[in-house]
Amino acid sequence: MNKEVLIIGGGITGMQCAISLTEIGIKATIVEKSDKLGGKLNDWYKLFPTFTSASEVINPIKDRVKALGIDVQLNSEVIKLTPTTITLSDHTIINADAIVICSGFDIFDAKRKEEYGYKIYNNVITSVDLERMFCEGKVENLDNDTPKRIAILHCVGSRDEKVCQTHCSRVCCVAGVKQAIELKELYPKSEIFNFYMDIRMFGSGYEELYKEAQIKHNIHFVRGRISEAAQTIDNKIQIKAEDTLIGRPLKMSVDLLVLMVGMSAGKSNKDFANIDGVNQNNNGFIAPKDLFIDSVSSDIDSIFYAGCVTSPKSVGESITEGIAAANKVAKFLKS
Amino acid sequence: MSWGYTINRARDIDMDSNDMTTSKLILEKIPSLQGCIACGACVATCSTGALTKYSLRKVHTLVRRGEYSGLLEELNKCMLCGKCQLVCPRGINTRAVISLIKRELGDHR
Repeated sequence: MNKEVLIIGGGITGMQCAISLTEIGIKATIVEKSDKLGGKLNDWYKLFPTFTSASEVINPIKDRVKALGIDVQLNSEVIKLTPTTITLSDHTIINADAIVICSGFDIFDAKRKEEYGYKIYNNVITSVDLERMFCEGKVENLDNDTPKRIAILHCVGSRDEKVCQTHCSRVCCVAGVKQAIELKELYPKSEIFNFYMDIRMFGSGYEELYKEAQIKHNIHFVRGRISEAAQTIDNKIQIKAEDTLIGRPLKMSVDLLVLMVGMSAGKSNKDFANIDGVNQNNNGFIAPKDLFIDSVSSDIDSIFYAGCVTSPKSVGESITEGIAAANKVAKFLKS
Repeated sequence: MSWGYTINRARDIDMDSNDMTTSKLILEKIPSLQGCIACGACVATCSTGALTKYSLRKVHTLVRRGEYSGLLEELNKCMLCGKCQLVCPRGINTRAVISLIKRELGDHR
């Protein structure tokens, strides 16, 4: 077929979508704003719930993109969209028969929740920092090698109207449980407390991982959102929360506070939604044509979505949507 | 002589000063207790809870935070009928838990 599809974003979703299109004989070009393929998965260490290395997922996909000879344009940021063209930041215009937006999400900026002291206190880090530290094999800033207590706070930048993040980011619950287990394995003598509002274990094997964290790894779960963190004179972090299962305030000092940062809508979503037929939800994510039967389609025939551009999703779900979008694109181009 | 004035004690659960030794010992002896998801089914079905403020869920959580005061008296209200064990979705041997906590807290009276 002599048709061309442009894929915006070279993360796992975009790569998978390009692979699926190429495999059915449709030419796909990936337009990626950074200098490499792979997106955020490049920075993740291991994936829940199986502790599979992120590289074990991303490398075969990258290899396949290479083997199929898929056209990739790096360092190319899309600033404007029409039903059949995209405009790059250097004002180049590229034509296409169909466009798939796989631009993903932004990581919530934890500095916006000032009360937790991120970038103010050394021992307050985010879940993203922790993944990087796991990759590097060392958790920074800990004064001694055996921290006594570590706290993990869920829902930072999720379910919080104060920072305009009304949605649930879904994957942070299980990611928090995964990181708690990883920390416990790194520091078997330390106590780990996960502060949560609800524990949402929606995926296959997630609830089992949660139970394993509780019983096998002795991880404590406290129901309550931390209201504030402050540094103590001996460089620890004092946190305050309510233990809502008891109904009394609770305080403790910890050697490390990990903030489970949520998924924010991509900043580029606003640029994409500049045309009729591409619409944003109130939370900034793009609204698909129909949540059930057209979840990868827009109101414009030639524009499709896949992955976290429409809502927070796991790695597996994003890859699946890449395949689904390719299927819809193929059907559209044949019609 | 009482002048009617009192001083309120801080209601904080202070995890830095609470003694967690007994709490840890209880969890080591019955690790499945850590799997409690605080659903409250044990309390909903409890014959004692129907007539008093006794709540195994709350007693368990207080033990986990090192807040032992008054818990032995609470647990003494339990008649060990075992209905809580029948409903527990995480399969916790609640009667064993109650007996163990009572044994370990004997000194805290």
